Amino acid sequence: MQICDCRILSLFLFCAFSPVAAAAADDTPAGNTSLLGSASDMFDEGKLLATGGVSTVEGSGGGGISTWALISGYGTRDGVGLNAHFTYLDLPDYAFWSPGVALDLFDRVELSYAYQTFDTQHVGALLGLGEGFAFHQNVWGAKIKVAGDAVYDQDCWLPQIAIGAQYKQNDRGALIHAIGGSSADGTDFYVAATKLFLAESLLLDATLRETKANQFGILGFGGDRNDSYSTEFEGSAAYLFSRKFAVGAEFRTKPDNLGIAREDNAWDVFAAYFLNKNLSLTLAYADLGNIVIKDNQRGLYLSLQGGI
Amino acid sequence: MKRALAFAFPALLASLLVYGAAAAADDALYGDLGQKDGIVRIVDAATANFLSDPRIKATFDNTNMDRFKGFLVDQLCVVAGGPCVYKGRTMHETHKGLHLTNRDFNALVEDLQKGMDTAGVSFRVQNRLLARLAPMQHDVVTR
Repeated sequence: MQICDCRILSLFLFCAFSPVAAAAADDTPAGNTSLLGSASDMFDEGKLLATGGVSTVEGSGGGGISTWALISGYGTRDGVGLNAHFTYLDLPDYAFWSPGVALDLFDRVELSYAYQTFDTQHVGALLGLGEGFAFHQNVWGAKIKVAGDAVYDQDCWLPQIAIGAQYKQNDRGALIHAIGGSSADGTDFYVAATKLFLAESLLLDATLRETKANQFGILGFGGDRNDSYSTEFEGSAAYLFSRKFAVGAEFRTKPDNLGIAREDNAWDVFAAYFLNKNLSLTLAYADLGNIVIKDNQRGLYLSLQGGI
Repeated sequence: MKRALAFAFPALLASLLVYGAAAAADDALYGDLGQKDGIVRIVDAATANFLSDPRIKATFDNTNMDRFKGFLVDQLCVVAGGPCVYKGRTMHETHKGLHLTNRDFNALVEDLQKGMDTAGVSFRVQNRLLARLAPMQHDVVTR
């Protein structure tokens, strides 16, 4: 095994602030690039295809249901990127959809937003909420890469590691309290480790999440059964069939905080096609288990991402 | 927490096993690239791509391309475990004045990938070579 060249010491202290320092240094001596010119150059689309992953249901970069350490988008450490996505999940008794955006800064920081809608369809009528009663949720995310590089550090065991938070704000506070939920908003904290085993054409991720969210926050945060943070796991494996096409599976554990309904773990199998750096399409078959009065909520997941 | 760890540990173990396998795997790669002839085909195709890529072609303005190709063939041959000797300077020395960015490095990777496509190298074999070249980013990208 070769000597590890991960430069762990350089991780946060230097790398986190080097793009800012480099940008400042660039501006001072020559100073002949116009502000507008340098602004468009900032969108450098310089990362390799697929190395930003896709957009998760929560808007962060990752797979479909698990957040990865990769920074979404295609800006290198000298550039930025912006992408938007729309995700639709068709379950037997519910529907979920979410448009969202993510901004990536210097392949270091990712800021994201997603607006989720969870449509209860006829279950809403059964529960007396009304046919098509819907929960809406804002998800604001921030992620920072703190160590390693999933692509370049092929001579080293260290994965790319990122930490992040997602602030979620649900619009159905009164109902959430009525079903035993403690709060209509909450913050998840996570640490994600992603490693590309390029020689094997394989990408693996493991993520630990501190969360109180019930069904991703759709049913609020905390509950009558448990009102404290629990540590949950997200794992993903993706095999690259070509530069444009990957197939994989994901698994995500979730808390079980509410007395009224059991909450199961979630998994999916997915295929992602990257037409180019501006457009990708992810198709998945996802299983969210029980959601309130309905078991076996499995269905097709479709997500389209476009960006610069 | 216990539940999360119960999943996290097997995942960690699996990734370490994969890494071990990656580190142990050696030198069928030279053969899989088509030996010296295959590598020459790759380098010819890739070099043509470098020189027509607006992102990086200026980098080669003062380069003797025949010499460059010879060095690149030797280097890829050595990296792939082939019976060659690379007599060029180190990656750090050859790139230190060029102020190359990750965008430049990745542009070159993309051109190399297309070159390997042209030379008929399968995606899996391409990735085995790229995995050995990727850490060179540390020496090539200097700004």
